[in-house]
Amino acid sequence: MRVGVVVFPGSTCDRDCLQALRQVGAQAEEVWHTERDLRGLDAVILPGGFSYGDYLRAGAVAARCPVMEAVRSFARAGGAVLGICNGFQILLEAGLLPGAMVRNRCGRFVCRDVYVRVESVRTPVTWTLRSGQVLRLPVAHGEGCYIPPAGLDPRQVVFRYCDASGRLRPSANPNGSVAHIAGVCNAAGNVVGMMPHPERATDALLGSADGVPLLEGLRRLDSRSRLAAGGRGR
Amino acid sequence: MRVCVVVTLKPGVLDAQGQAVLGGLRALGYRTVSQVRVGRYLELAVRDGTPRRDLEAMCARFLANPLIERWQIEVDDPRPARPRRRAVPEGRDRR
Repeated sequence: MRVGVVVFPGSTCDRDCLQALRQVGAQAEEVWHTERDLRGLDAVILPGGFSYGDYLRAGAVAARCPVMEAVRSFARAGGAVLGICNGFQILLEAGLLPGAMVRNRCGRFVCRDVYVRVESVRTPVTWTLRSGQVLRLPVAHGEGCYIPPAGLDPRQVVFRYCDASGRLRPSANPNGSVAHIAGVCNAAGNVVGMMPHPERATDALLGSADGVPLLEGLRRLDSRSRLAAGGRGR
Repeated sequence: MRVCVVVTLKPGVLDAQGQAVLGGLRALGYRTVSQVRVGRYLELAVRDGTPRRDLEAMCARFLANPLIERWQIEVDDPRPARPRRRAVPEGRDRR
């Protein structure tokens, strides 16, 4: 599996993503933001950070970069795309995912571990997990209050903020996101955005290794297609 | 021409920044303020006669996020809005 990690001016989690992907056995490489050709890649990650200094709106300028046209074609062809934190904001701004982000309800930058519940296993990052499974992952963002568009299909919700036992308590929602939404996918399910950082949760020493199965899901995508081709479905 | 664009969050969309500013004003003792909405102001230098629909498109496609924001465009255009019917005097308006 070859996974490309897009590097925008102001990306800060690109190295972490590369490191985490290599840890789970994926072949990971950097993709510069001016790149227009993603041939040869099996999946693409848009990492976290502060692309273009969050000017205008978080992710707004990066969403109009040359590489995003390539990501758009890649996604249209069914390629797996994962946006993490600022990468999620970029996918929203690019219109590849539904909804928008505003500042955290508490008005502060939130940097701590949270729990999220897996709501959909029909995506390239969650297909190896069970629905309802609870993961402990870190978040670090100032603009993570997710506003869904009217009539968002609930099947497009991939993660919700919850407490350790999976309940949707208001205190478990770090940013005030509508309906506790922490991650969504497109209608086809191949483009996923999430605010928590799986690449920062790859070892118990770091507080949690719950990010590993998500990245492994990407790495093992070829076996998923084989399963699907064998008629086993999802 | 000069174009001024003011982008604000739509009514109903939580404005955490506005609430923080409101708290600051209250802390200074200004009890008469009941709401603050924080927006963004952009000043564009645009070629004279640029059609309004282009300016609207700039806002809808990039300067604002139509899902959560609305915008106001103010144009300071020395030229009339509609194309002139008479010929342009020689030596002027050559670009």
